[in-house]
Amino acid sequence: MKNTIIKAAELTKVYIRGTEEVYAVNGINLDITDGDFIALMGPSGSGKTTLLDLIGCLDSISSGSLEVFGKDVSRVKESKLVGLRRGHIGFIFQDFLLIPSLTAIENVELSLYFARKPQDRKKLVQLFEKVGLGHRINHLPKEMSGGERQRVAIARALAVSPKFLIADEPTGNLDTKSSQEIFDIFKNINKSEGLTIILATHNPKLGSQADHIIYLKDGKVVSKEESSLY
Amino acid sequence: MNLFSVALKNLARKKVRTALTVGGVAIAIAVLVSLWGFDTGYQRSLNNDIDKMGYQVLVTAKGCPYEAATLMLQGGGGLRYMNEDVYKRISGDARIDKITPQLVATAYDPGKQSGRGGISLYMGIADSYLTLKPWSKFKSGKWFSDENALEAIMGYEVAEYEQRSVGDKILIPGRNEILTVVGIFERNGTQDDGIVFLPLKVAQKIFEVPDKLTGIGIKLKDMAQLSKFEEDLYNEPGIQIISLAQVKGTILNLVSSAKAMTNSVALIAVIIAVIGVVNTILMSVFERTSEIGVMKAIGASRLDIFRIIWVETTFICVFGGVLGNIMALLGGKTIEYILKSVLPYAPKGHLVVITPHILTLSFFGAVIMGLVAGLYPAFRASSMKPIEAIRKGE
Ligand SMILES: Nc1ncnc2c1ncn2[C@@H]1O[C@H](COP(=O)(O)OP(=O)(O)OP(=O)(O)O)[C@@H](O)[C@H]1O
Ligand SMILES: [Mg+2]
Repeated sequence: MKNTIIKAAELTKVYIRGTEEVYAVNGINLDITDGDFIALMGPSGSGKTTLLDLIGCLDSISSGSLEVFGKDVSRVKESKLVGLRRGHIGFIFQDFLLIPSLTAIENVELSLYFARKPQDRKKLVQLFEKVGLGHRINHLPKEMSGGERQRVAIARALAVSPKFLIADEPTGNLDTKSSQEIFDIFKNINKSEGLTIILATHNPKLGSQADHIIYLKDGKVVSKEESSLY
Repeated sequence: MNLFSVALKNLARKKVRTALTVGGVAIAIAVLVSLWGFDTGYQRSLNNDIDKMGYQVLVTAKGCPYEAATLMLQGGGGLRYMNEDVYKRISGDARIDKITPQLVATAYDPGKQSGRGGISLYMGIADSYLTLKPWSKFKSGKWFSDENALEAIMGYEVAEYEQRSVGDKILIPGRNEILTVVGIFERNGTQDDGIVFLPLKVAQKIFEVPDKLTGIGIKLKDMAQLSKFEEDLYNEPGIQIISLAQVKGTILNLVSSAKAMTNSVALIAVIIAVIGVVNTILMSVFERTSEIGVMKAIGASRLDIFRIIWVETTFICVFGGVLGNIMALLGGKTIEYILKSVLPYAPKGHLVVITPHILTLSFFGAVIMGLVAGLYPAFRASSMKPIEAIRKGE
């Protein structure tokens, strides 16, 4: 029996836009167990990013409850969320978001610094080999292709040995070939190390390769048919 | 990787902008250091000038005290004359330790300053002159052979400038008398270096002021008796008494009003530099919104972000401080040259003295400037919320 690491009940996030309330995430119930590989799909504005932000402890929740590693996140003050994220959750973004002034390996070292973990160069070199970037560790982001940058970002997320990975459209800025390559890295890590991965994507071909797909629409979980997407 | 290397690499990314900001700080610090250096140097030279006079009190003919103070430092009294019998009357006073009569005279020398012409200074002195200035040493030659001898002793600089040595004959322009140089003083860093000394009686004859003096230098046995001594001399007609402490005060007063202005210039320079630094760092914080957001997402605390930005600002100011100190050290001579031409009274010696103390102080000033300038941008950066920062950057 595997552990539930994320448990959401009636999870809701409301944004106020002018006088209007936007229910970006609207009463979602969700259990994610250790080792899951989950794809979030749904049309633009359906709440994928918002849900990932909540699960990733990047944002405060409006109502409902959310437990991450058994901790009730709704009770944690926004300023204390960083303590939950640090060293436990890995993030990968659509536009990579590397620090432009730092080389590939320095970007990864910085995340270890923030996580208060040792910066072991040997281990890092191995990690870079795992993501297929062994030869480019001393290059600056601007000297790399999109696919290569995303590999650095994955290395950055993995370096701190997180308990799960959150990837928001990690292939959104990549061509078909690199998209599949990047997706394969996720699959490999999930299979070989059992790392939990929650990934949002617009690409049904990639999404279908995940263990589970969760369809969202208007901030709610819906069936594949209801998602009216595909 | 640590905060320092992140901060340094960020600064290196925008080289021109960083260099300009550092330059602004450097200029402010250079101005500050130069002013402090001037303050120190001026006081020091002035003290040296005054101490090396050997007397604390000067009796001169009545006149404008400011003019007298200035002229006196340039050679011992305003060019107003008093009768020699004043000297005879007061020299017997029991409170006096040492006393010496002086007669300052000037002559226009058309050959001076490479033919542009200038004033040469002469001073008639008596044997007692040396007792007031026991440190005076001869570089060559010796004292006058007789109080009526047509002889001259030259200050170090005039001798150097006119290329004179002992035995040479000199002519005082406009007076048809030829004098023999019998001695040359060693350099002592005061106005004396630029004066040609004659026996008092000879000077009185050549400059056609028989039985006249321009000043009497007095050293009292006890400085505490000064005010009583001054009071007693009130009855002497046509003279005034200037104490050197008073002169120093007067000159420092003249200089301090100029200093107040330059200090405010320095303050403005510092304020402008601080605003420049704050502006630059704030700009770069806003440019890096999404970077800061992602750093927070991957685990940077508020304090981490605060420190990165703070360190960046402090680096800029430290670089600026070091550069400013170097600029001040290199530019000191130029500033000295300018100051000498505008000051009401410029003592001999270095006007701008930049001590290690000043350098240390200005360096720490720059560090503090950085720490203060960094507070607000660092606060802004550390207060950004991660998701908002990431989305704003998108
Ligand atoms: N900061 C915000 N303020 C107001 N409304 C917001 C904010 N962030 C998101 N929203 C709204 O919440 C809803 C969900 O947005 P979200 O970004 O989660 O969608 P998404 O599924 O990730 O879309 P996409 O596929 O385009 O990335 C949208 O209607 C969006 O406009
Ligand atoms: Mg999204």
